[in-house]
Amino acid sequence: MAYEPVLLARANKADSTSLEGYRLDGGYETFARVLKDMTGQQVTDAVKSAGLRGRGGAGFPCGLKWTFLPKGHPGPIYLCVNVDESEPCTFNNRVLVEKDPHQVLEGILLSSYAFKATTAYFYIRYEYGAGMRIMQKAIDEAYAAGLLGKNILGSEYSLDVFIHRGAGAYICGEETGLIESLEGKRAWPRIKPPFPAIEGVFRKPTIVNNPETLANVVHILRKGVDWFKSIGVPPDPKNPRDAGSYGPKLYCISGHVNTPGLVELPLGVTIRTLINEHGGGVWKGKKAKGCIPGGISMGLMTEAEFDTPLDFNGPCRVGCLGLGTGAVTVFDEDTSIVDVLHNLCRFFQHESCGQCTPCREGTGWMFKIMDRFRKGQGRREDLTVLEEVADKIGIMPGTTICGLADGAGWPVKNAVRKFRAEFEKYIQDGSASRSKPLPMAAH
Amino acid sequence: MATVYVNDQPVDIGNEKLNCVQAAEKAGVLIPHYCYHPALSVVASCRMCLVEVGEKKPDGTISMMPKVVPGCQTPVKDGTVIVTRSDKAKDAQERTLESLLLNHPLDCPVCDKAGECTLQDYSFGFGKAESRMHDEKKTPPNKPDLGPNIDLFTDRCIMCSRCVRFTREISGTSELYITHRGDHSEIAVFPGDPLDNKLSTNVVDLCPVGALASKDFLYKQRVWNLKTVDSVCPGCSTGCSIHIDGNKGVIHRLRPRANPKAQGHFMCDEGRLGYHYANSADRLREPSIRGPHGWTPVGYREAVQTAQQGFNEHSLRSITGVWAVLSPFMTVEEAYLLALWIRDFGKEARLVLGPVPREGEDDHYPKDCRGNAAPGVPKFTIRAEKCPNRIGVEAILKHFTGTVIGFDAFLTALGKGHVKSAFLAGGYLPTGRGHWFPAEAVPLLEQVNMLVVQEIFTSALSQKAHVVFPSATWAEKEGTFLNHQGLAQEIHWNSAPPGESRTDGQVYLDLLGRTGLMRAHQLRREIAQVIPSLSQLSTGHLGTEGVLPGEAPPVQSPKRKIPVS
Repeated sequence: MAYEPVLLARANKADSTSLEGYRLDGGYETFARVLKDMTGQQVTDAVKSAGLRGRGGAGFPCGLKWTFLPKGHPGPIYLCVNVDESEPCTFNNRVLVEKDPHQVLEGILLSSYAFKATTAYFYIRYEYGAGMRIMQKAIDEAYAAGLLGKNILGSEYSLDVFIHRGAGAYICGEETGLIESLEGKRAWPRIKPPFPAIEGVFRKPTIVNNPETLANVVHILRKGVDWFKSIGVPPDPKNPRDAGSYGPKLYCISGHVNTPGLVELPLGVTIRTLINEHGGGVWKGKKAKGCIPGGISMGLMTEAEFDTPLDFNGPCRVGCLGLGTGAVTVFDEDTSIVDVLHNLCRFFQHESCGQCTPCREGTGWMFKIMDRFRKGQGRREDLTVLEEVADKIGIMPGTTICGLADGAGWPVKNAVRKFRAEFEKYIQDGSASRSKPLPMAAH
Repeated sequence: MATVYVNDQPVDIGNEKLNCVQAAEKAGVLIPHYCYHPALSVVASCRMCLVEVGEKKPDGTISMMPKVVPGCQTPVKDGTVIVTRSDKAKDAQERTLESLLLNHPLDCPVCDKAGECTLQDYSFGFGKAESRMHDEKKTPPNKPDLGPNIDLFTDRCIMCSRCVRFTREISGTSELYITHRGDHSEIAVFPGDPLDNKLSTNVVDLCPVGALASKDFLYKQRVWNLKTVDSVCPGCSTGCSIHIDGNKGVIHRLRPRANPKAQGHFMCDEGRLGYHYANSADRLREPSIRGPHGWTPVGYREAVQTAQQGFNEHSLRSITGVWAVLSPFMTVEEAYLLALWIRDFGKEARLVLGPVPREGEDDHYPKDCRGNAAPGVPKFTIRAEKCPNRIGVEAILKHFTGTVIGFDAFLTALGKGHVKSAFLAGGYLPTGRGHWFPAEAVPLLEQVNMLVVQEIFTSALSQKAHVVFPSATWAEKEGTFLNHQGLAQEIHWNSAPPGESRTDGQVYLDLLGRTGLMRAHQLRREIAQVIPSLSQLSTGHLGTEGVLPGEAPPVQSPKRKIPVS
């Protein structure tokens, strides 16, 4: 049975961004009902029992995060919407914001109502100019319709939403980096604890969520917890730490496929299905060599691993970091893995914030090694160094403050371990790359 | 009572709130660290202090955290277990050092910091012997004009951000920031806004490597040739604890010495850079006597005898005409000895306190964005009173004369011609604010029958004297200074006074006819017995941090500890 999209249901409609259009499709009815009939705690409980996990990358249970807020806090409590979507090849939030801003706004309203936030900051990356303008229009409409501001729909609940435009840095997507940036500082991630739920924006309790997660909240409350739990993958009984992967997910398909794009599917679809059924297969009739399963920081997969289901646990089983943003980037059999890795290392070297030594120097070192590889001067020992550096940087071994370094190390160790033969051949042949790396995007 | 286990060794930390680095220090274990500094906020970014931490349960079992944690950011409590040299911790420390050295130029042979560089020390203690990098190092251009006193060797920087935090948290002037991202990060100032504040040179001490260099000290000395003694800055009544670094009789730099009782961790640029007169070739080097045929340099003994004879004669004629002016730059011991000598002639001999230099108002830091002192408790204060020991000299004067008689009394007496013999004690520093003795009163000195002057440089005042003793600077003598809150601190000599000169205390000792050399700790005991208000000097030792009024002094001065921060 074909899956009927809910998050993207309105994306292709003619009048998808206006309040009228959204209302015609039943928009804000859920919010009005919740505002009348449910308490914030009930909303939180619903989201918690639905098992909604954050769609930003780490997959932290969303309802659980909300319960970390201090009980009975006098306020203000803030919601930060993280639209600093800078993971390469990821564009699911962009589509949500540009095509259906009111759905996101309703999610913001419902979530804010759940944990009594009185201000929401919509942190959108600089590059999403259109998204920013569309969202601003939606917010203005909502204010005019009494859906935002003081005493929403005649209730006692008030919420203000402000848009904050980032200045274009990958690290602003890290939640505490985002908070620092929002406060007007250099986006250096904070040391945790305290976590943002205890001390976030302006030293007040703060929840940071991503628009896709918030959009899911709308549908959990609209269609019910049972509907949400009927989609996706239940927890692995053998893994007590698995919280399950319920609900729909937006998958971005890009790279060497015939029809790149964004699809909404239940969690747990395999990469092969994604490429063949939704991406139109690998381009030019070639075979795939591998793919990036969920944004580049999640690592790399070989073609043989394409049957891995893309739920929150699937990619881990083949040595990837996790589901990430669900952005699959395919590269065909003629792609040089050295070039791929060179480009990835270049990205992280450029985007490391420079706060922690292992990440600042490690990402630079890995890039220098890859640069040397491409000049035909790679050495076998370099592979050991790459692996070691990649293994030892990051929040998981405890050597950095945030997870950027884990993300920088993962594709490197995946590439070296899974495509070692190709690296060795590259070294042995003394081949140098003929293709020029694309220039870094300048804004 | 809380017990922390550092490498299996139990340490009692009492009720103090400490992090792992501090707790380990208590146990005598060094956890290497760069970005952590006790006076600055914790950023936990250098990742040098990675250790394994666990908890000892009441039943004796120990559960360790699965990953290494930064010691500076991890608080300890009762039962915390810190392991600094396990394989995991060692590995993490080694890797951090390897990372730090990737782009470090290793130009130690021409680096000012070599010898006291923590990157050298930690590499030796915790690092690997070789680098695995086969690529070119980054060589960002140096910034020699970071500030009037500061030079930045950009390539040596390890981005610990201590200097940036200093300008934000202590000076409040916020000149420094980090520009660029990742391994392109650099310390920088905004164009037209150099690192120029009254505390700026502290960033040189804070810098764990040779990136920030003091222009005053740059390329002057290798630090291992320097002799370091503990002393106190004489620049103002804050009485900052300092180190004097000198070599072969020349002072090369002053550095702040951490002392929570005095000033904390820092010192101001004026005090730090205000030592150059001590090295001057123009200093008075030998005593001289003014005879009928002009000035004759004489031996030290002859000068002492002449002064003694002169005072003896004139005190017999008129004891009320005997005056001594004590300067607030003298040590407690010197003031005591001089007062003792003058009072030997008779109870009516006059003792007055010389002028106390003041300049503006107390200058509190941090500043806010408008340059006013920020609200809250100041973290550093440059005091308006520009002398180190007014309180100490006053305590001596009070003992001898009951009240402190000001300098005006001397000038009035001088105007009326009542001053027959006078001893103008030395110590006043040539500060560029004019000579301490009012110029209009200098001609009046003509009528004084016996004028003894101690001076560092020759001046209009010493030209009028009958006997001139070259004065020693504070870096050449030992003694005690009492700062604005009465904290008594020891000062020590780094070099001998130049030429034939003796320390001021030795001159008084010889005038008194006491034999032997001036020994500050013996005199302190004597003073404490004679003057109850200075009982804090009773053991003769004041420790490295000094003794506040009412505090019990240490029985013996502790051995110097090598500071870890």
